Amino acid sequence: MTTIEFRKDLFADERDDNLNEIGKPKLRQDIVGHVTGRSPYYDDHLFEGLLHMRCVRSPHHHARIRAIDYTRAEAMPGVVRIVRPQDVPHNINTLLSLINFGRDDEALLQPDKVAYKGEPVAAVIATSERAARDAVAAITVDYEVLAHVLDLDAALAPDAPIVNETYPNNTFDYHERFDHQKLRFGDVDAAFAQADHIVEDSYQMSPIEQAPLETCGAIAAPETNDRYVCYTGTQALFFSLGTTAKLLDMASSRLHFIGGTVGGGFGGKVDSLHEPLAVLGAMLTGAPVKFCFDREEEMQVGAPRGAERWHIKDGVMNDGRIVARAFTGLFDAGAYTRLSSYAIVKATGHLPGPYTIPNIASNVYCVYTNRTPATAMRGFGITGVDFAIECHMDQVAERVGADPIELRLINAYRDGDMKAHRRSAKNTALIECCQVAAQKAQWALSPQMAALSSLQGGGEGWRAQIPATPTDAVGQIGERRRQTVPLEPGQHGAPAGQVPAGQAGETVHAAPPQREDMQVAPERIGHRTAATPGYPASPGPQRSTPVVPPAHAPAYASASPSPRGTPAAPATRTFASPTPQPPPPLQASPAPALQDLSLQRQPPPSSPSSSSPSSSPLRTTGYQPLPPYQPQPAHHRPAAGGPGTSASNAPAASTASTTPPSPAPSPPPSTASPPTAPSGDGPASDAYRPEQPFQRGVKRPGVSRFISGTRRR
Amino acid sequence: MVKTPVRFTLNGQETGLFIDEAANLLEALRRGAGDLTPKQGCAQGTCGTCTVLIDGEPRLSCITLAQSVEGTHVETTASLGRGEMLAPLQQAFIDGFAAQCGFCTPGMLMAATALLRRNPNPSRDEVIEAISGNLCRCTGYEPIVDAILEAARSGGAAGTRAGHG
Repeated sequence: MTTIEFRKDLFADERDDNLNEIGKPKLRQDIVGHVTGRSPYYDDHLFEGLLHMRCVRSPHHHARIRAIDYTRAEAMPGVVRIVRPQDVPHNINTLLSLINFGRDDEALLQPDKVAYKGEPVAAVIATSERAARDAVAAITVDYEVLAHVLDLDAALAPDAPIVNETYPNNTFDYHERFDHQKLRFGDVDAAFAQADHIVEDSYQMSPIEQAPLETCGAIAAPETNDRYVCYTGTQALFFSLGTTAKLLDMASSRLHFIGGTVGGGFGGKVDSLHEPLAVLGAMLTGAPVKFCFDREEEMQVGAPRGAERWHIKDGVMNDGRIVARAFTGLFDAGAYTRLSSYAIVKATGHLPGPYTIPNIASNVYCVYTNRTPATAMRGFGITGVDFAIECHMDQVAERVGADPIELRLINAYRDGDMKAHRRSAKNTALIECCQVAAQKAQWALSPQMAALSSLQGGGEGWRAQIPATPTDAVGQIGERRRQTVPLEPGQHGAPAGQVPAGQAGETVHAAPPQREDMQVAPERIGHRTAATPGYPASPGPQRSTPVVPPAHAPAYASASPSPRGTPAAPATRTFASPTPQPPPPLQASPAPALQDLSLQRQPPPSSPSSSSPSSSPLRTTGYQPLPPYQPQPAHHRPAAGGPGTSASNAPAASTASTTPPSPAPSPPPSTASPPTAPSGDGPASDAYRPEQPFQRGVKRPGVSRFISGTRRR
Repeated sequence: MVKTPVRFTLNGQETGLFIDEAANLLEALRRGAGDLTPKQGCAQGTCGTCTVLIDGEPRLSCITLAQSVEGTHVETTASLGRGEMLAPLQQAFIDGFAAQCGFCTPGMLMAATALLRRNPNPSRDEVIEAISGNLCRCTGYEPIVDAILEAARSGGAAGTRAGHG
């Protein structure tokens, strides 16, 4: 039997060793059902008089439906009911509408225009699967075949066919304004200019079919209490329930969904395609109806992992430090949104991978093509870009002549480092993983690389700081739409100003509450940053860290004492370019060095960052620009009228003003807890610490215990 | 639709069914005889999930015409163990964590049962060969191979005897 090796020597001080489950054999509770063949998958429920549903599917990638002739099928033996698009009570949906994200763009049965091969246009319910197949074959659809587009770049061309009428630019609209999901952290353009090497390449992921052994499907039947029972193999039972209720325009309380036994999912069973049609069939016939993919449909119509095309541009120093990284991502959603828009948000939050890079920019586009709509698969949103990142790391290593594992170690994130999504990294372990992998592969590492630790050197100096980030004339980060700007991030002209961090300069409007008691308090919105009340005073928009940090401080801070120029390094760590670095001050603590270099890069004099432009000069581009950027003093962020907000934040601000702007903002006192703990002292275990947002038993100021539902006050 | 009678022995029990002429054995077992242990994975003879034993030989029930089993002995996973009493092979699958989603497991068990009856002490290569017609999309092949080898060590031929434990 295979055994698991535990490296308990790593992070030994972070846990006690009284684990009850981890590391010990544990029986799955469903294992006896599995080995006796009695686990109840959705198809293992027998119904008297079960009817079978099958779909009429488009043979074309893109076509307008002129007419459908059902007459032959209606007369065939065994046919009980033909389901037309007009039989679907609310025949338009997008999966994430349940969380108010995106516009409805996909019909359950397509009435007008099919946008991918295999899209359903009607369904047949018959007494046997064979009769349903025969009837489907007897339905003739008159299609007007349209030009289709199957390639990501071709879909973004100006004359590309419009795949999805809801998004006529062939890109998902983020926040109703942007045709991409963006990330800006620092200033990549300035860092590229200072880098020794620029390494660029593109990477392409294929769609991948999850191919579970049990094909997707559901059986629905009328119950005797005006409800419908639905046995389903879904991985997302309540998503399916909510989607069914919406598409069929019925109360979800009339739906009795039973699932949880899934014959392999891997992400491919979250699209809620089967339950609505099965329940609709049961409603229309009054009989139990089974609707499932056969294997061919599972492969052709079942939503795969989406294809992704990533372009990565790195600025690298001769010693292997990556000082800037820019991404352009094209994510192939297929014909409809499904979950791709969310996958991109997740991918963006993951950038730049498990590395600490001081300047990062990214534009990711959710692109519609006439391919099968994409959905989740293992590591949804992460796997594709990680593939690109790790391929690119090898390219970078080759370019600078670095050992590929050591290149990763040099750039690895560590505990306390600021991530590009503006949260501190914690529980990092890339360094240890690389070290163990090298050891297992008998791959020689230099002594200082073997001595690195995720627990040391992280969060020092620039590594813990949110860098200043350039904005344009209206105070906005990055570009808006590709029609007016180049695809690559960061090339939209000279920055007009800078914001120090996060959303400090942007007015964030909350979604309207659905109920009175779900009213959102303004201080709950957005990131808690230096410009938020209750935090140390903002250091101001001037850049407090260099665009390119000093060479030695980050990478070798915890390594052996004389890391640079040590000839003892083995042959695997010979860097090709011997270009001397600017002499870094050798200091144990990098903070003074950072101060020296802090004003290396000045904001352009034309538009001082501390004053907002009086007008918006970009009104000709067709979108609705944001209001002008107005940097807010630290205490002017709108505070809630509720108890314990602005008033109780005042002492925190005054406390903070006595301390210089520090890389890790000292935690403000929890406004909700009684002032027993001394304010500003971090280690109090029950204090609210913004860099640790999900601590058990800690009440976040202004945040109710339950994010949705009844607010507890 | 015309129904045709078919008689065979299912897990030691005389069984008679009226089936559609074109019905495959998998449908006859599941819908006709109510034995839900064989699963339908591909319905085209490629995944092995529907494997049953016909006269001791592993066969794909999804591409076997139900009429063709007239007079034969058909065995499914339901023949392994009784109630709480599991066959050594099943116990080895439990002990070795040789099932994840569980959907391929009945087919794996039947393929392994046929192997262990024919060859009580198979080599690792012979085990791999025996389950080469069975797909596990969770890709848990190593634990499955280990479990079959463990069953061979601990219990000899996988039990199909009633009350075997």
